[in-house]
Amino acid sequence: MRSLFRLLIKNYPFLLFLVLEVISVVFIVNYNSFQRASFLNSSNAVTAGIYNSYSGVVQYFRLARVNAELSEENARLLNMLENYQNAFSDSIRIAHKQDSAFQYIPARVINNSVNKQQNYITLNKGRKDGIKPDQGIVSPNGIVGIVTNVSESYSMGLSVLNPRWSVSAKLQKSGFYGSLVWDGEDYQRAQLSEIPFHVNLQLGDTIVTSGYSSVFPEGILIGTIDAFDRPEGENYYTISVLLSADFKSITYVEVIGNNRIEELRTLKSETENGTAGN
Amino acid sequence: MGRLAIKYFSMFVVLVAVQVLVFNQIQFSGYINPYVYVLFIMLLPLNAPRYAVLLLSFLIGLAVDVFSNSLGIHTFAAVFIAYVRPLVIRVITNREEELNDYPGLARTGPIWFISYTSIMVVLHHFVLFYIEVFTFSGFFTTLYRVFLSSIFSIFVIVLSQFIIFRD
Repeated sequence: MRSLFRLLIKNYPFLLFLVLEVISVVFIVNYNSFQRASFLNSSNAVTAGIYNSYSGVVQYFRLARVNAELSEENARLLNMLENYQNAFSDSIRIAHKQDSAFQYIPARVINNSVNKQQNYITLNKGRKDGIKPDQGIVSPNGIVGIVTNVSESYSMGLSVLNPRWSVSAKLQKSGFYGSLVWDGEDYQRAQLSEIPFHVNLQLGDTIVTSGYSSVFPEGILIGTIDAFDRPEGENYYTISVLLSADFKSITYVEVIGNNRIEELRTLKSETENGTAGN
Repeated sequence: MGRLAIKYFSMFVVLVAVQVLVFNQIQFSGYINPYVYVLFIMLLPLNAPRYAVLLLSFLIGLAVDVFSNSLGIHTFAAVFIAYVRPLVIRVITNREEELNDYPGLARTGPIWFISYTSIMVVLHHFVLFYIEVFTFSGFFTTLYRVFLSSIFSIFVIVLSQFIIFRD
């Protein structure tokens, strides 16, 4: 017994090394479950506070580009408004109650990355601004990610550049849908799968959100087809999608809240449990 | 003792800050991400007790992890190089050479320091990038990332020795 102790004491660096590495592995393996419950990520007050003041300085260097993006979006929205006004001018207006399922909360990106295998995004809005987990994040150019973790005044989420998450996407032209996942290689391209061979594809076809997932409304831009391929012995195309949002320069985004998500969830669980018609 | 603690504490804060606010923000070509906080582990006194080296490396890894949302990955790589540090030093040091306690470039000479940096950085990046992808598929893509980032990290660490933490 005594010699065992002596051996342990003599080799303590190795034991300590093993203990610390085991702790790290536990961290790595449990990170998904940690993420919801723990404060060891960039949405906690200290880390997000530091990122917030840092990005407050750095964002000035990107202002020209942000301005251009915003004015483009402005022009697009004005065009849409014009169309609506033309449509309504000679129609009878029926007073209907405010009935929009989705609401948009503007936020600023305070931390973001593109060169990791799992990329995360931190925003400067949190629970007190109405942000909840599982809300979508979009930029003027297209979808960006999904909120996973919310603190009092900050939130963080997975960006599209994170293989732990997939988006339900469809071809704008034909309506066929599949799922879009990033493969970890190129920050400008993601992969769309589950589109069967009989669908006609063309380079440059637009890919938008499908609206099936309740996270994003239908028809938000994701990107365009950059290359596609029919692998031998499979039933689905492999499609590479050029993402329309430039993840390197994202500054301002909007978080999409779905007011009906609770209703959808109860409906879904009722259907799955077979209690709906009873 | 007190002075030493203050010195290493400030080194810790500066390196974590520089790492997460500057080097993690360089998103150059999607491949290169230098990790310069390795310098902290490298510069710990050579006669420091091994438990202190391991625990401090654990802490700096954890700090970088918390900021980059990669819990456990940097911690693992940092503890790993902290454990192999004495071996690396033994391999690259001649027996006749009397080693100074502080392994900075000014004290140890350029050749020793560059080989020390290269071995430590490549080991660290190798462990880090493979733990990050958690697979050996795409082995060479990851290896490419390891070497590109290593070159950049080594360059920055050696350069930093002319500017700060000189002794």
